[in-house]
This record gives sequence, structure tokens and C-alpha cells, in this order.
Amino acid sequence: MTDAQASLAACDTVPKLLLRNATKFTDKTAYRVKDLGIWQAWSWAETADEVRNLALGFAALGMVRGDKVAIVGSNRPELYWAIDAIEAIGGIPIPLYADSVADEMRYVLEHAEVRFAICEDQEQIDKIMSIMTHLPKLETLIFEDQRGMRHYQETFLHSFEKVQETGRKENAAKPEFFENEVAKANGEDMAMVVYTSGTTGNPKGVMLTHNALIDAAKGLCDIEGYSEDEDFLAYLPMAWIGDHLFSTVAGHYAGFAVNCPESTDTVMTDLKDIGPTILFSPPAIFENFLTQIQIRMEDSGKFKRWIYDRYMKVADEIGVKELEGGSLSFAERISYTLGHYLVYGPLKDNLGFTRCKKVYTGGAPLGEEVFNFYRSIGLNLKQIYGQTESTAYCCIQLDGKVRRDTVGPPCPGVELAISDSGEILYKSPGTFIGYYKNDEATRETIDEDGWVHTGDAGIIDDSGELRVIDRAKDVGVMNDGTLFAPQYIENKLKFFPYIREAVAHGDKRDEVNAFINIDLEAVGNWAERQGLSYTNYTDLASNEAVYDLIKSCVEEVNKTLAEDSQLANAQINRFLLLHKELDADDGELTRTRKVRRRVIADRYGAMIDALYSDVDAVDVETEVTFEDGRKGSMKAHLNILAAERFATTAKAA
Amino acid sequence: MTVTDQQSTSNQASDQSDEVLLDCNNISLSFGAVKALTNISLNIKKGEIRSIIGPNGAGKTSLLNCINGVYHPQEGEITFKGETRKQMEPHDVAENGIARTFQNVALFRGMSTLDNIMTGRNLKMKSNFLMAALHVGPARREEMEHRAFVENIIRFLEIEAIRKEPVSRLPYGLQKRVELGRALAAEPDLLLLDEPMAGMNVEEKEDMCRFILDVNDEFGTTIALIEHDMGVVMDLSDRVVVLDYGKKLADGTPDEVQGNQDVIDAYLGVAH
Repeated sequence: MTDAQASLAACDTVPKLLLRNATKFTDKTAYRVKDLGIWQAWSWAETADEVRNLALGFAALGMVRGDKVAIVGSNRPELYWAIDAIEAIGGIPIPLYADSVADEMRYVLEHAEVRFAICEDQEQIDKIMSIMTHLPKLETLIFEDQRGMRHYQETFLHSFEKVQETGRKENAAKPEFFENEVAKANGEDMAMVVYTSGTTGNPKGVMLTHNALIDAAKGLCDIEGYSEDEDFLAYLPMAWIGDHLFSTVAGHYAGFAVNCPESTDTVMTDLKDIGPTILFSPPAIFENFLTQIQIRMEDSGKFKRWIYDRYMKVADEIGVKELEGGSLSFAERISYTLGHYLVYGPLKDNLGFTRCKKVYTGGAPLGEEVFNFYRSIGLNLKQIYGQTESTAYCCIQLDGKVRRDTVGPPCPGVELAISDSGEILYKSPGTFIGYYKNDEATRETIDEDGWVHTGDAGIIDDSGELRVIDRAKDVGVMNDGTLFAPQYIENKLKFFPYIREAVAHGDKRDEVNAFINIDLEAVGNWAERQGLSYTNYTDLASNEAVYDLIKSCVEEVNKTLAEDSQLANAQINRFLLLHKELDADDGELTRTRKVRRRVIADRYGAMIDALYSDVDAVDVETEVTFEDGRKGSMKAHLNILAAERFATTAKAA
Repeated sequence: MTVTDQQSTSNQASDQSDEVLLDCNNISLSFGAVKALTNISLNIKKGEIRSIIGPNGAGKTSLLNCINGVYHPQEGEITFKGETRKQMEPHDVAENGIARTFQNVALFRGMSTLDNIMTGRNLKMKSNFLMAALHVGPARREEMEHRAFVENIIRFLEIEAIRKEPVSRLPYGLQKRVELGRALAAEPDLLLLDEPMAGMNVEEKEDMCRFILDVNDEFGTTIALIEHDMGVVMDLSDRVVVLDYGKKLADGTPDEVQGNQDVIDAYLGVAH
């Protein structure tokens, strides 16, 4: 066996796994995408060919070992191949959020000294070309979709097809090149840089090795038992580590098929078409699906609504017990089975969850109510805890042992600890090398003993499972000593379909007050049924009837908070409905839809002050960023409403 | 034939825009004593976006209806692709390469987006009723070709998500887009759009503008547009014709028309 062959057999890099799959799973499907209404598939052997042509094409354009290459677009097989191809010749792929505005991209492209950018379409090309004068290192742009690109004459633009065509010719001339290049790398080499969205400051580039990626995927496949027959639906941002771990690394490791939706709008339909067996989503998606269900149920007839309400109650009482293998009485069994045929089964079928064996959520805590909803209809929804810095690999809830209050025990190979200040620390095989060009941040995060500081506050309970409380810097204390965990309260609010986003304030205060974003679709639907007319979001959000509707939701939340004596004082006192939706383009949310508290405190300081004063309305003016990057301003007059608070119903312990 | 095939052939033609595609020569139309159009002459050049504007009741839709054969002008003649005609029926006009959308949405409400756009291919279908009903041989192959063409339009208009949705369930802005899709399915040389943006919100209008420009650019389709939103008209059009009380008031580039005193008077009113 030559050195090159021995190196390839080690399967310690992602491209080596691809080559292995081309011989091991030759004709099995690797990628699918819906094109012109028909699902097109590529086998592992075909995928390897596509990647080979692409890699040689890239090399012909001058891409060399160590080059940073940006990937900008939504989930397309072509872009996944590009990642493989770049890694195959030793380049470092850097996936970016496709919905980022040009200025956001500029920071990463500049910081990472990107030389090549692979773009999905004209939109992304335009964005990057608008900032190219500031990016002297960026030399070459490659686009996948030809539409609208006919008139572009720039010589630094290349079409994906042409690049592959060149690669095909190159490959005929030097057939050994690809394998030799792949063999040059080993597991310790850096595989990619993933920029974290970060709720504070500029994004940081997390450097991950092939070993970290593959070990995380291996751990996951071992615990969860993935075979090559799984179907995964890849519809999350490619720049999110969760997508990379599943769509590329675990997919390559286990050999399962990755399915790409036709467009970002068709995910619901594609989900039904494919019926994936594994699904991974951040909480926002599950909240969104639940809102859709609730809207549609409210639109349905009385009889259907009655059945739905009745059996959702049954599910709530016995569903979770059933899924966790608890023993049910005969009557309970009959009742749940009936519910399965009448409600849960059709519901899961409608969402495309029927074949799902495992559904994961991660990235941020999922509200208890939402979590229970899906579990109770018989969906095996589990939480994963991890960070970009650990390749999303840290803790996972185990089948049949899912508890509501923890994110499960540490994964194989992971060590957990809690620091004196209550921060969660870990050592994981998926741990990153450091932040790219930011040693200071690296030192702050990885201490001398090798522990990674997560910035999350948590507890390890007696059974060794991890309980995450909140981001450590967000957890505060109210003036009377009550623990204030904003996300916990916000998640309770977000369970209501009418509430899309909420920001709770309460640290070092006497009471908890909140900003609330209504859900335009759900409240709009409600308004239509009430015969309320409105022109746009701002108008609807300032409507008195809507205020009353939200007030009733807030009071429901207060009731549940009152049940816990420790949290009774964290009941929401006053709230206002924001005049605009919190938006990632304005920097108020991260691209994965996490609230950036500091930005909100800065921008809306006057409104927070108003909440804590005794005025019952406030005038505001806010700057907004449109999708094309232009800025404008918005004025509004916001009412503030007080909600009823309840005496604690919990027995004093 | 795919959309991309077609665009490459027709686009070469669209770049040289001096060729006159449609020429109306002294058209007059009256309903009894009401004169809807009086001595209107205008031409539409190949590859351009030509807007027809004017106050309510100026005769804009009547003019469009004359062009696509719904009304037959009592006087004057219309030359399309070098062929002069006095009278023509709507289906002849459609076969000749003129497609249109309507002021109010005119779709088959119970049918899906896909089926609605498929109906736009009706004129291109060659197989007979029996073969089509049995779905055999050439009929089957033909349907697949048409479906592929329609799928290209669906992708072009970014309506993949509503492919199977009955159009009655769609919001107004999307219904308008489906209607545009159906008109495009006929592979027209001339596309008549009657107030494509009426009743839309700002976002829907922006989308529609982009699609109109894209259709013109990618397929090289010549477009005649009736629209009330002056911002849209001035941004999109190559040339604008202004009608008032059935007469032609002005004709020229957006800038010329905007500066024309008669037009300003017609829109803003004038002291008598």
C-alpha cells in the first residue's frame, strides 16, 4: 500500500469519508434536490465525481492549500459539494449566512482574508460586488445559478458549470491529482472556520479540525444509531454549525442522504415530500410550526376544533408518559390510541414528521410548553446542547430518558464541570482550536486546564444530567433577591401563537416588565375574525383590542409563574407592544434569531425607562434597515399596559 | 423548448429595438354615441416596455381591448408583426402571439397554480382530445414538455411554494403573479398588462416591478402596460403614451411626457 492509499484509508478527513462512500455506498443516494418540481438525486459515486471536477476546477482558478473560501447561499447540493471540494485541495471553507446584509458580510470576508467566494445566485454576487472595493484580498467569485448573470462582464466572475467543465478536462489530464491532494491532509488539519453569530460584538471565527468534526459526528452516530438509510432535510443556514455537523459530517460518516428543499419558501411541502427520518431545528422553527397549527385550528370548524382540543388535552396528560415508556392504564391506552388516529397521526403526517425517528432542537432553549406539545403527540423531540466551539456536541437527551428540565447527560468523550461562578465548562472531542486571529478571545474561552467556558449558567444534577439556566450574563437578580432568568419568561410568552418575540427586563429592578412582538400572521388572522381592520404591523400592534388580547396571554403566564414560589415575584407587571418586529438586519437578533439584549437596551433605552416610570404611553423614533441595506426611520406612539399579577399559589416550602 | 432556449433566440432581437412590432393607425372606437377612442395612432417597438397612462375613463383598457381583438375599432387599422388587420377574434390574436392579464384577476379559482398556468399552454398543445384523455404516446410526451416549460415559469416567478395550492386561497398579490405566469406560458411576442399592480401593497408592487423587468430582459418579451402608479410607470417604461377622453395627449420617453404641459393639465386640472 502506498503512503497515499494508507492516508486515504484512515478516513480522518471529511473528503476521505466522501471517497470511502463512493466505493462503500456507490449507488446509494447521497444528495437530493427538487428541481422544476421533480426530485433529482445524486449517488455517492456521482457526488464524488461532481466534487472531483469542482476541486480541479478550483485548483485551475488558482485556489491553493490554506486559502479561505466563503460559501454564501441557501442549502443547495452544489454548495455542499463546494465545501467538500475546497477541503479536498486544502482550502478552508467559511460558510456565511445568506440573509446577511453586505456590511455584515464585509466584516467576515475582511477578517478571514477570503480569496474566493462561492455564491448561490445573482443576489449574493451583487451583495459581495457592492463591497468588493473594500476587500483587496477577494479575487474570484463563482456563482451557481445563472439567472440574471448574462450581462455581467467582470472577468473575476465564473459560473459553477464552467468551473466544473474545466475541472473535468484537468482531471482527464492528471487523474491522480484529486486523490493525492486529499491524501495530503490528516485529521489534525484545520477543516473550516465557522463564524459564530454571537449575541455580543463582532462575530468570531471558530477554527475546527477534521478530527473535531468527525469525532463529534461519530459520537452522535454511535449514540443515536444512524444508518446509511436515513433521510435528512437540510434547510437550516449553512453557516450554522448544526447544519454542517448533520448535513455534511454526519451524512458522510453514516452515509445517509441529505435532501435540499426547492426554495426557502417550500420547506413545509418538501418536508412532506421527503418525510425525513432525522430533523434538526432551532427552537424558532418549532415555535413557528406550532403557531401555524394553532392558526389553522382556529380557522377550522367547531367539530374539528372540539376533537382537537379534547385530544390535545389527552396528549398533554398521558402522551409524554407514553413516549417515555411509562406504564399506562387500559383506559388511558385506548384514549391515546384514539387520539393518535384522530389527531396526532394526521397532525404529524401534515407536518411531514411521520417517518421521523429523531427530531432535535438546539442552539437555544426551547420553551417547556412547546417541547411538551411535540413530545405529547408522539414525536421523539430531543434537545441537544452544544456550541459552535464544541462542534455542537456536548450533551444530548437519550431515547426514553428525556426529562423536561435537563438537556441530558454528556455525550461520550465529553467531560462537564460547573465553575465556582456557576458557569458550565466542558472538554469535548469536538472542541475548537481557537478563534481565528483572536488569541485574546481564545484565552478567555479555553483556560489553562483545557476547560472551555460556555458563558451559560447551569447545574449538573444528581443523575449527572445538565440543566441549563440561561446565558450567564443574562441571568440577573431582582431587588428583592428573586432570580431573574429572562429566557425562561420569554419562552413562556412565546408559547402563545400571538406572541412572536419577547424581551423581559428585570435585572436590578423591583419588577419584571416586557417588550412584546406580536405574530403578524396569527394576530392578523385573529383580527380578521374579529372584523378589525389594520394596514400593517405597526397599526395592528397599536390596536387596543390587540393589547387586551396580549394582556390575557401575559396574565396566563403570570398565573404559571405564581405557581412557583421562587418565581412568583418575577411576574410581568407592565408591557408594551413594539412598533416594529425585532430584526436581524437591524442587529436586534442574531441570524439564528436570538435576542441581542445589549443592542435592545441601547436602542430602546427610553422605552425601558418609560416602562419603569408611571407614564402610560411613550413616543419613539427608531432607525430601521431595509433588506437592501438602506436605512430609514420610524416614529410611533406606544401605549403601556399593566397586567394583573397573582398571589403565589405555591405552598411555602 | 425550454425558457432558456427561447430567451437566447428572442433576446438578440430585443436588443435592436427599432423594429416596430405593433402599429395602430388612426384607430377610432365608439359605443353608440360615446366615443371611446378618437384617431389614436401609436406604435410599439420590439423589446420595449411601453406604458399607456391617463385619467379614469381615458380609454386605456379600450385600446388594449382593440389590440387583442375583443373590440373592433370602427376606423383605422392595426398592424402586428407586419400583418395588417381590420378585424380579428381574440383567439386568433392569441395564436398570433399576444397574451394579456386583466385589471381584475381572471383565473380559474378552484384550480391550482400549476393547472392555471398550464392552461396558458393550451394553444401550443397539438395532440387530439382522445390521445390526451388516454394519456398515451405522443400526448404523454407532449404534456411532459409543457409541464417542464411551466415549471420554468414557476421557478422564474418564484412561486414554487404555491404550485399545488388552489388559487382562490392565495393572497391577491400572488394571484396577480399567477396570472402573469399564465400569460407567459403562451410564449407571447407582445404581453399586455392591464394594471398589474392595482390594489397591491408596496412590497408586492416592488416584486411585480422586478418580474416585469426580468420578463422583458430575460425573455425579450415586448410589454404594453397600463398603470396608475406614476412612480412605477416612469421607472419601468421605455416610452409612455398619455390618453385623455379617448384622445392621444402625448407620446414619448418618461421625461418628455412628465414635462408636457397638456399632461400636467390633464392630471392636475386646469383653470377654465
